[in-house]
Amino acid sequence: MHVSRILPAALVIVATLAACHKKPVVAPAPVPVAIDSTAIKQHIADSIAAANRAREAADAAAAKARADSIARAEASQTAMRATLTAVIHFDYDKSDLRPDAQAILDQKLPILLANPGVTIRIAGNTDDRGSTEYNLALGQRRAATAKRYLTDHGVADARIETVSYGEERPVAQGEDEAAWSQNRRDEFTIAGGADGQLKQPGM
Amino acid sequence: MKASVRLALLLLLFVALPLAAQDTTLKGVHITLTYDPGVRPGVVVLPVPGANGDSIRAILQRDLTYGDRVNVIVIPDSMAAAIRGGLDSTGTKKGMNYGVFRTLGALAVVQAVNTARGLHVALHDVTHTQVIDVSEFALPQDASSRAWRMAVHRASDQVERWITGVQGIAATRIAFVRAHAVHIVDSDGADEMTIPMVGEGLSPTWSPDGHAIAYATFGENSRLVVYNLQTGQSRAFGERRNTNVSTPTFSPDGSSIVYTVAGENGSDLYSVPVAGGLPVPLTVGGGTDNSTPAFSPDGHRIAFTSGRAGPPEIYIMDADGTNVNMFTAYAFSTKNYRSNPDWSPDGLAIAYQAYVPDGSGVFQIFTMSLRDQIPRQLTSDAQNEDPSWAPDGRHLVFSSTRGGSKQLWVIDTQSGQVRQLTHGAPMSRLGAWSPRLAPQ
Repeated sequence: MHVSRILPAALVIVATLAACHKKPVVAPAPVPVAIDSTAIKQHIADSIAAANRAREAADAAAAKARADSIARAEASQTAMRATLTAVIHFDYDKSDLRPDAQAILDQKLPILLANPGVTIRIAGNTDDRGSTEYNLALGQRRAATAKRYLTDHGVADARIETVSYGEERPVAQGEDEAAWSQNRRDEFTIAGGADGQLKQPGM
Repeated sequence: MKASVRLALLLLLFVALPLAAQDTTLKGVHITLTYDPGVRPGVVVLPVPGANGDSIRAILQRDLTYGDRVNVIVIPDSMAAAIRGGLDSTGTKKGMNYGVFRTLGALAVVQAVNTARGLHVALHDVTHTQVIDVSEFALPQDASSRAWRMAVHRASDQVERWITGVQGIAATRIAFVRAHAVHIVDSDGADEMTIPMVGEGLSPTWSPDGHAIAYATFGENSRLVVYNLQTGQSRAFGERRNTNVSTPTFSPDGSSIVYTVAGENGSDLYSVPVAGGLPVPLTVGGGTDNSTPAFSPDGHRIAFTSGRAGPPEIYIMDADGTNVNMFTAYAFSTKNYRSNPDWSPDGLAIAYQAYVPDGSGVFQIFTMSLRDQIPRQLTSDAQNEDPSWAPDGRHLVFSSTRGGSKQLWVIDTQSGQVRQLTHGAPMSRLGAWSPRLAPQ
């Protein structure tokens, strides 16, 4: 802005000095160049706007990157918690681990080992066949089997609590194998030590 | 053999009877009908004069019917009115038209009068046309109270003893589980109540004196609870980390509780003093499951369920855990699933549940005599579980789905007669029959 004010003033001074010169051949006084201050103002405004747009774009990109990173972290947290709490199932009147149950426990292991402060509770459940009272023992046995597998693979005994619900907590109603097979299960809950972020295995 | 009525007879000191209201036993008179268990003697219960007479008569009739030892003959009101007109109100035989009752097929007539002193009850021997037993039963003031109905039940039980020689079981209650709470209902299905619970409970059982109920909670903090019915206090104990405790049962002397401890290596039976102390292991299951203990009435032996040889079977051991023998498999050729034994009060048989050998996986109620070890199947309709003996050693309460939802039913093991005990909200299960309950 100050440029536009000083420039015409300077030209006037030059013109005045030139007029005082006594030389015979005098170059014609330069015609003052017309200055379009509006265009300059516009140019400057445009350039500021462009800078602002660039900054905003950069900010947005950074925010998106941050959000994506958080989402990835959250997804990983959710996935780890889902893995820790994944249910395992059993065959009728059995408490030994099926291969699919063992595979699920194998997925829990690295998370448990990477987060030694986390404690879990394993609740053994049965279907409603067999004696109500005898099923409490079977449920406890199922919880104990899963616990033993985890402790055998390095998880501290004190981190795992076992309880039995027998046939008292069915997830599926019905008197058929479809319901029974869902009810013969160990449920895993995170009992403590996971208020903050879980550490990913290997990181 | 025909039902004969024999009067083993002493003098009827009827006039000289003690009339004190507290006296519920007959002194000096010792006369009974001789009772043939194969034939149910017909019994008429006359209309009962005095306060709440209709209720008293209804309870007496129902109790005698539920006892399954006599055939209650219900006479029409018109006939009852005519008979009442011919009697005085003191329970004497004066004016009693025995011929009418003989015509009806009755061998005995129960005549009760509710007086200021209590319920005066006389039993008439129709064949010998005389009163053979009489007593007075104190009734609480409040006829709507549980104690009042229980007092009338006691009169019923005494009348049944006069007629059959065996005391009835009307003055008893059954504890059971509904929605993980322990409920208590009178033997006739009336006066259901719940007790205050410590956690979610299963497996109620009575103390031998009928003053307390023990049960177990499951899930987190699984423990035993003894609820004192007289003080209303609960005592919880036996909690151990990574352990489920279940199926408590009192020793017959009431001094200890034997129960199941399911831990990280199978389940075993333990005994703990009721007064408090350290649990002592009774079984060494080696990783198998050992559960649902039941004492013999003499307290010397314990029947229980064990999976030590594969599928659950019933075993018997000495009360200290020694001399373990398989009980159920002796008479059966195939292994099965047999569990939940309950030793009969006469010590002669064990009731249990087992899958019938058709592969359907449906439980039925069986009894097996300790003498011949021949199983006897008592039920076949729907799923039937959790048998518990009545103190008469003749009736069992069990849970059954025969009515649609799981409810408690009572079966007379002699006749096979069944009746539904609980109704309403499903489901009712794990019934435990009390001992005979004395007045508090």
